[in-house]
Amino acid sequence: MARMTLSGIKKSFKSVDVLHGIDLEISDREFVVFVGPSGCGKSTLLRLIAGLDTISSGEFHLDERRMNDIAPSRRGIAMVFQSYALYPHMDVYENMAFGARLMGLEKDEVEKRIDEASKMLRLDPLLKRKPRELSGGQRQRVAIGRALVRKPKVLLLDEPLSNLDAALRSDVRLEIARLHREIGGTTIYVTHDQVEAMTLADRIVVMNNGKVEQFGSPRELYERPANTFVATFIGSPRMSLLDVERNGNHLALPGSGAVSVSRLPHSDERNLVIGVRPDAMTVSTDESTDGFRGNVVYTEYLGENTYVYVRLGDGTLVGIRSSASVDLPPDTPVVITVASEEIHYFSRATRERLAA
Amino acid sequence: MNVASQSYYDRRGILAALGKDGLIQLILILNTAVMLAPILIMLFAAFKTNAQIFQSPFGIPDFSNVANITKIWNETNFLRYLMNSVIVTGSSIVVILTLGTMAAYAVARYKFWGASFVLMFFLAGLTLPLKLAIIPLFILMRDLGILNTQLSLIVIYVAMGLPTTVFIMTGFIRTLPNELEDAARMDGASEPRIMWSIMLPLVRPAMVIAGIQNVVPIWNDFFFPLIFIQKDKLKTLPQGLTTFMGEYTTDWGVLFAGLLLSSAPVIIVYIILSRQFINGMTAGAVK
Repeated sequence: MARMTLSGIKKSFKSVDVLHGIDLEISDREFVVFVGPSGCGKSTLLRLIAGLDTISSGEFHLDERRMNDIAPSRRGIAMVFQSYALYPHMDVYENMAFGARLMGLEKDEVEKRIDEASKMLRLDPLLKRKPRELSGGQRQRVAIGRALVRKPKVLLLDEPLSNLDAALRSDVRLEIARLHREIGGTTIYVTHDQVEAMTLADRIVVMNNGKVEQFGSPRELYERPANTFVATFIGSPRMSLLDVERNGNHLALPGSGAVSVSRLPHSDERNLVIGVRPDAMTVSTDESTDGFRGNVVYTEYLGENTYVYVRLGDGTLVGIRSSASVDLPPDTPVVITVASEEIHYFSRATRERLAA
Repeated sequence: MNVASQSYYDRRGILAALGKDGLIQLILILNTAVMLAPILIMLFAAFKTNAQIFQSPFGIPDFSNVANITKIWNETNFLRYLMNSVIVTGSSIVVILTLGTMAAYAVARYKFWGASFVLMFFLAGLTLPLKLAIIPLFILMRDLGILNTQLSLIVIYVAMGLPTTVFIMTGFIRTLPNELEDAARMDGASEPRIMWSIMLPLVRPAMVIAGIQNVVPIWNDFFFPLIFIQKDKLKTLPQGLTTFMGEYTTDWGVLFAGLLLSSAPVIIVYIILSRQFINGMTAGAVK
């Protein structure tokens, strides 16, 4: 079992507050990804969970046990570091044995666990090598192996793919997903890459400025983002945000005209932000179409489809996914139609999602 | 204009290439000669008689003539002096490296009140000419009752060696990644174990630098043994060899033979450790 409860976790370094009250409930066997831009506090939160930094205020429980003052090695948590942090002077076997021996395990048990981990990670032929004789991907596997040998209830991974080249990244990603299923523990994974987050996670914690913006499954985050930050952070190319004014069932964009929509938020706020993903818009050169008017800035041909970037009347740049056959020279006047059922509504004042 | 400037640059290019490389080579060759000359003269002189030294100071001697070396062997307590030097230098280095590494580790890695003061305190030692304090030191040693013991020398040498050692080690330890210690902490290692099993193997190049940096002056030191040690059986090598430096006559050949024998251990140690020494010097630059 590994159920984690974080309540009101705060962390400040001297006078700077890095985390402003984090509340999370993480269930057993869950794969949770912390994602957010650099400096959002995701790595700090991970270090607090690991016990490498002390929690300034708030409570952290693992299986009903308060962990705040428990030494990192006694929490039943193992961590894989961004730089892997393999001991350079020890060979692969020693790297994995170091922690296991310190746990006070019998010699046979240490050997058995290393054997198990090295089979699982295909490290057998490398056991006598030093870290400097390994490739990036191999080092990564050793770092994971070192964590697994301790049989942790919770495995923490801090940006484990950031030091690998692009080709290797997707391989290791699959590997990590497989390991998580095989080990059957709770995994927490930190990344700034939303693709990693979407593909790996059961649930994602989106963080920004030391706060949790939203905690939910990848589908929830994509389909029902809680605010404009999550809306633009998840999804690539990013969602376009337009400041519109509501007028009956019309949405007016300064300088670009108005469109009528079939679905409106329940709230009666007049000033709205609408979020539209690139695939929820179509671009047309027919001036009589009902939609926002703008001019093409540039197009990106990607083979499968083309992204058209259009400057609207109020200066916003929106990206639209179109079929590959579309070829529009810059400065072409176009009309953009929006699928009403795919519009995300946010309050202009709070930037929070408005139910529709 | 274009052609002119081009040829001008061309000419300068050739000059620069030849001049720069050639000059560096020349300087290095000259430097090698300057550095090696005294050692060669010492080596040659060790096999000559006094008369030969003055007749042909740079002549190549008959290397089968080992009279000087046998004279040292027979007429002085050479082995005794050598052992004293080894004891004093060895224990000083052990104490310097142990204390210096521990102090540097604490200063470099733990955040505590006064950490920078401790470092500054050690660095202040660099500016202190210890020899100026010889009279108070003598009185101190007398009051402590350790005059005429090897302890008096070791204490002084440790005090002399600590500032540079702490300075070198602190700088080096700061370049080591923090994540290594975090990883060891997650693995359940105690602080002493982190230092012993993780950090110590990694700081070895820096310890070699600090070691060599201290061995040479301590081994060669003449001044402090001269002041603190009077008993013949406690004398160190440089001090013991002054037997051949009389007030009226000096047996140069024997003296040089003694010098050769006394410098040999340090040179050998340096050659053995030089790879680590060079690695350590460049480690910071590459990272």
